[in-house]
Amino acid sequence: MRYLPLNANDRAEMLSVVGVDNIDALFEDVPKSARLDKLVDLPKHQSEAAVERHMNRLSNKSIHASSVPFFCGAGAYKHHIPATVDHLIQRSEFLTAYTPYQPEISQGTLQALFEFQTQVALLTGMDVANASMYDGSTACAEAVVMARRVTRKNKAILAPGLHPHYAAATQTLASTLDIDINEITPEIGADASVIDMITDETACVVVQSPNVFGEIVDLTPIAEKAHAHKALLIAVFTEPVALAAIKSPGEQGADIVVGEGQGLGVGLNYGGPHVGLFACRQKLVRQMPGRVCGETVDANGERGFVLTLSTREQHIRREKATSNICTNSGLCCLAFTIHMSLLGDAGIKRMAALNHEKACELADLIDGIDGAKILNDTFFNEFTVKLNKPAAQVVEALAAKNILGGVPFSRMVNGVHEDLLLVCATEVVSDEDIAAFGAALKEVLS
Amino acid sequence: MSLNNQGRPTAPSAANDAVQVQTVSGNKALDQATKLIFETGTPRRTGVDLPEPKGKANRLGAHAREGEIGLPGLSEPETMRHYVRLSQKNYAIDLGVYPLGSCTMKHNPRLNEKVARMPGFADVHPLQPVSTAQGALELMYELSHWLMTLCNMPAVALTPKAGAHGELCGMMAIRARLDADGHSHKRRVLVPESAHGTNPATAVQCGFTVDEIPATDDGRVDLAALKAKLGDDVAGIMLTNPNTCGLFERDIIKIADLIHSVGGYFYCDGANFNALVGRVRPGDLGVDAMHINLHKTFSTPHGGGGPGSGPTVLSDALKDYAPVPYVVKDGEGYNLVETAIDGSFGRMCAFHGQMGMYSRALTYMMSHGADGLKQATEDAVLNANYIQASLSDVMTPAFGGICMHEALFDDRFLKDTGVETLDFAKAMIDEGYHPMTMYFPLVVHGAMLIEPTESESKGELDRFIGSMRHLATKAKTGDVESFKQAPIYAPMRRLDETQAARKPILRWTPPVDVAEAAE
Repeated sequence: MRYLPLNANDRAEMLSVVGVDNIDALFEDVPKSARLDKLVDLPKHQSEAAVERHMNRLSNKSIHASSVPFFCGAGAYKHHIPATVDHLIQRSEFLTAYTPYQPEISQGTLQALFEFQTQVALLTGMDVANASMYDGSTACAEAVVMARRVTRKNKAILAPGLHPHYAAATQTLASTLDIDINEITPEIGADASVIDMITDETACVVVQSPNVFGEIVDLTPIAEKAHAHKALLIAVFTEPVALAAIKSPGEQGADIVVGEGQGLGVGLNYGGPHVGLFACRQKLVRQMPGRVCGETVDANGERGFVLTLSTREQHIRREKATSNICTNSGLCCLAFTIHMSLLGDAGIKRMAALNHEKACELADLIDGIDGAKILNDTFFNEFTVKLNKPAAQVVEALAAKNILGGVPFSRMVNGVHEDLLLVCATEVVSDEDIAAFGAALKEVLS
Repeated sequence: MSLNNQGRPTAPSAANDAVQVQTVSGNKALDQATKLIFETGTPRRTGVDLPEPKGKANRLGAHAREGEIGLPGLSEPETMRHYVRLSQKNYAIDLGVYPLGSCTMKHNPRLNEKVARMPGFADVHPLQPVSTAQGALELMYELSHWLMTLCNMPAVALTPKAGAHGELCGMMAIRARLDADGHSHKRRVLVPESAHGTNPATAVQCGFTVDEIPATDDGRVDLAALKAKLGDDVAGIMLTNPNTCGLFERDIIKIADLIHSVGGYFYCDGANFNALVGRVRPGDLGVDAMHINLHKTFSTPHGGGGPGSGPTVLSDALKDYAPVPYVVKDGEGYNLVETAIDGSFGRMCAFHGQMGMYSRALTYMMSHGADGLKQATEDAVLNANYIQASLSDVMTPAFGGICMHEALFDDRFLKDTGVETLDFAKAMIDEGYHPMTMYFPLVVHGAMLIEPTESESKGELDRFIGSMRHLATKAKTGDVESFKQAPIYAPMRRLDETQAARKPILRWTPPVDVAEAAE
């Protein structure tokens, strides 16, 4: 077996050093009834070529985003990732390192995390950020739990434009912690309705902008009302590129900002791994979940970086920890930070402008098609189309024409808004793709 | 004849170690000083060429972001250098022995990386029609089959994003089952003292209370103490097996029976499943739920701290409470169940979990096959025992006897030397090794937990053992200072973690302009 360096001689020699006759002697603590006396019923080892052939066969059974006109968003976005990013994250020293618990020999990972945290803080307009979470949805759930710790209140309000998966993940975590969450009815332009729901009992209000329908939400009045009742505003986003185009949540008074970072540096990956971003105000930092990297000096007085504030974390605090989280999304946050370092202010702003422009062109085209109507007043790179047919059916018909034409809302909440289609256009969409989509949609709707 | 020898062969004068050079650049030959991108990049520079926007109508309403964000940009060559230089300040499995107990730093085959990047897995949107993602779904279905077969368990929830998330999955399934049966008074979870910190943290996050069980002198669960803790309010037990001392819990089936006898469930922390694969199936031990760290047992890369992946196998008693989504076979094809029905406790995250880890893990499993997986387990256990046996006379094994995939030592051998576990670990860095896990598990004083994995050759193990013996002997001869100063040869000397925590600096901020501040 190509991955196993020991040979039969080595094994025999080593067993004799250990002082046993055979390998079975090392497993004697296993109760007799649980000892397997034969191989499990699975295929035997295979060559690299054979495994690769099998995997290629599977891969070819899916239609991938780059091979067709592609317009899906709703929490995962197709952007161009510079070749540099994937090359760098595959360097052994990044790829095959563990969590940087020994800072003297982990400065590479640590400095990159420090830069990542700074980039996320700047992008979200917040004071500080952590070293990433699993993904946007779990970051959202953790933010709600954090808000309860901070405010010592247990009512959370989720806005009607929150991504239904984010709402569901939050409800799941909250349900076992007796956090009270409102029932939500997804609606495109109704996020301001949360203002009237805020009371002194509210711990936090969770609002996504752009929301799941693509509509941009004014967070400022929501933040003001929340603060008047000593509640926190948790601002959510699913597309990091949007934050280069629209006012940052920090500027609008958010206390905690969580979101999905996949759009920068990380591919679609059929939904994972992605990278959760988590930022907050300085005064809340000791209640933040997840790993944090901080600056310090070494014995020579030179600047260096370490994981810090670990007294919040499970390996020190055990049952009193702020969260059970252990792993972050290390390699994905490295990819995010490399992509962002390549872009800089100038690059990400231009990228955002191109996204917006493509989406505007697509919206104008779709709005002129009979049976399709754009519902948004505002949007960044995705918007909602009301169709004269069930969206799931339309998407299947488009797929048959080799176009991945968006996400039916009902895919996320079964039976709800069956006529709504979420459509997204990023900088990778070409003019030809847009024309092809328009023509195909017209045909399908007629 | 090498190039610089043309007419001028190198003939060094005798080395004089007293000469210390302070370089102007801050570099030390290959070790390049690397400033933060915020100190080298500028917001106007970019390393990505994008076409000029046409400047069309704006649908952002009154929400456009004004002004500079402050993100520095680097050209492509600058980016390359920045991150390559940073990478060279990291230790890695590909560089040397990384014996972090409980973390399982095994070789990461590069075929896994190649497969994970195949477009039919990497470039597929989670919400595109399932009819267009059949290959991805088939891979998930196959992975499930391998995991269920290796565990002899009837179901697996793939979605948990990491080990701790898998713990949450298992404990939520247990809670959902208890509530469905009207047993909501069962809220006490038994957790051994030696457990990973995530176990008690998870139990609390699921609304349970934690009750610790002490260990016996041989490092295992104290059965008498466990019996004394049993009661009608017990929801279950969270137990790692092999436990964090690297020992197999001999009474595990009795423990499972005891927990079941009071209507509780057995959550097994599968962090150490790599000691069992192909030889022992958790389903045969009475386990009700167990997460599997794909990034440990099945070699998906740790990537400097993630991403992980924590599929959780479930017993018959719990399988109806599994989270959504999951894959089902539907005639010739595959489908996704995405809406929570009946008992399912709901959704844990957006989309379908860590596809990029599924493809790597399945590639690893298929490469090894049933025979190779078993052999890998045996080699991992043999390597750990070889280390323990080879160090027993100079270091102090915490419990002795046969261990599983990791060998646990305590600090008795350092008694009265002035050298502490931390110093010993830092001295290992100068020897060219990543330190073992230290001060964990908590049940052992000054713990040193060494897990070599199956990836180390005998030659590499012998060199490692040689270094460890040398350090242990040196500590006993009273050379404390060299331990306290270590590491000397790392890119940085010991860092001040106390200062970092007391006055946290968690991001770069622009230096205060002296002239401006004076105004």
